[in-house]
Amino acid sequence: MRYSGFQVIKEALTGHKGWKPAWRDPEPKPQYDILIIGGGGHGLATAHYLAKVYGHRNVAVIEKGWIGGGNVGRNTTIIRSNYLLDGNEPFYEFSLKLWEGLEQDLNYNAMVSQRGIINLIHSDAQRDAFTRRGNAMILNGADAELLDADQVRREYPFLNFNNARFPIKGGLAQRRGGTVRHDAVAWGYARSADKNGVDIIQNCEVTGFRIENGRCLGVETSKGFIGAGKVGCAVAGNSGRLMGMAGMRLPIESHVLQAFVSEGLKPLLPGVITFGAGHFYVSQSDKGGLVFGGDLDGYNSYAQRGNLPVVEDVCEGGMALMPMIGRARLLRMWGGIMDMSMDGSPIIDRTHIDGLYFNGGWCYGGFKATPASGHCFAHLLAKDEPHPTATAYRLDRFRAGRMIDEKGMGNQPNLH
Amino acid sequence: MIIQHPLLGPRDSSEFVYLGDASLIDRPDWQAENAAEAFHDYAYLRDNPAGEHRELWFHEGGDRSWLVVTRNTVTHEISRVELARDVARTRGRSK
Repeated sequence: MRYSGFQVIKEALTGHKGWKPAWRDPEPKPQYDILIIGGGGHGLATAHYLAKVYGHRNVAVIEKGWIGGGNVGRNTTIIRSNYLLDGNEPFYEFSLKLWEGLEQDLNYNAMVSQRGIINLIHSDAQRDAFTRRGNAMILNGADAELLDADQVRREYPFLNFNNARFPIKGGLAQRRGGTVRHDAVAWGYARSADKNGVDIIQNCEVTGFRIENGRCLGVETSKGFIGAGKVGCAVAGNSGRLMGMAGMRLPIESHVLQAFVSEGLKPLLPGVITFGAGHFYVSQSDKGGLVFGGDLDGYNSYAQRGNLPVVEDVCEGGMALMPMIGRARLLRMWGGIMDMSMDGSPIIDRTHIDGLYFNGGWCYGGFKATPASGHCFAHLLAKDEPHPTATAYRLDRFRAGRMIDEKGMGNQPNLH
Repeated sequence: MIIQHPLLGPRDSSEFVYLGDASLIDRPDWQAENAAEAFHDYAYLRDNPAGEHRELWFHEGGDRSWLVVTRNTVTHEISRVELARDVARTRGRSK
């Protein structure tokens, strides 16, 4: 069924009895051309682009829980392409362009809202760094705009401009950035992939790989063996666990990142703002809640819940940026498991095992990358060569000395 | 999380800085034939287990000692805390 305004009116007049499930619930076939492990945003996007762009329809996505139950439903929904380095910026700009056409591509309302993002500047050194970054963005075809304090004040008059320690001196704006309803991204990709013949198999956990003579023949799962010509892994925080079953050690640690939402408030924040002095980013959802987050807890974790010191730290960041946030009550908070890589940048590459491909190391920037990650992983799986925007995301770049370290933190995953 | 410091007793984890897997104590031999490969693995690859994990914590807001904490990464439960100095010595390091 194609979704349209006409369809909504027709269903409204006939008691909404005609809506069908958005995807099937099939049993796994014994063999697929391509099998994708992980029914999150990246896995489902990969399946969508494999079917739609690269013409592979004998494809399955297997997911140990339910689709969209992991990080694609736990992030703070921000999209942007404000990166500095050559290995990153073309990829994230490709992603932002895919976001701009996503809803038409999927025939699904993902509430893509280009409400703009502003990274605040608090010092002269930071202004220099953001000027350089803005220029790098423009060179790569993205949009960037340097704002002075008055220009920021016109849009966000309530920020704490005269904070004694971290005064706001300006901002780097990307007007095409914004937010997207994250659940709808998973559902939209799932529906589109399913419509193009992809099997989405939920409650199907991988228990091992069948690898013979250096070639991956398929996976053992809780629903039995599933054979595949190629197996792609896109399981975010569980990357270490999964690839460990194939005998691999990764340049990745799993860390917990918390996110928060306040009670619903009247319209307050027109776009996304990030506090450049501490680490705090906030936007307002269409339901009215302030959605915000900050740093990682900082220790290895698979728990999907964090601890109170970071809650306090994030709330202090919020108070420093916009003191009136102190009057809002916190409604919910939760954690997700981030696959923190050794240089803060992702990996989309083949492994040393034939037929086994890896997509991971997204740190806590995976959501904005969802469309490009899916597109580039589909390209790699279909053609066995990297997509032109993702050539730097090699698994062996640490051995080769080609790190893509935006923050210059070195091999300390909890600092990226 | 409360870390039972072997010398100072129970301390809040926010007094500490986290480094990572305790295997970082086992620095490879720089003169070995395969030193480049060994240092790559040492610096960049991790076991990253879901479950029991031995890890290095630095008591920055305290006595500035390094600890090896055995903690479950699924439950955050801490089962054992040792001085990193003692661990390194039992592994044959001089300090």
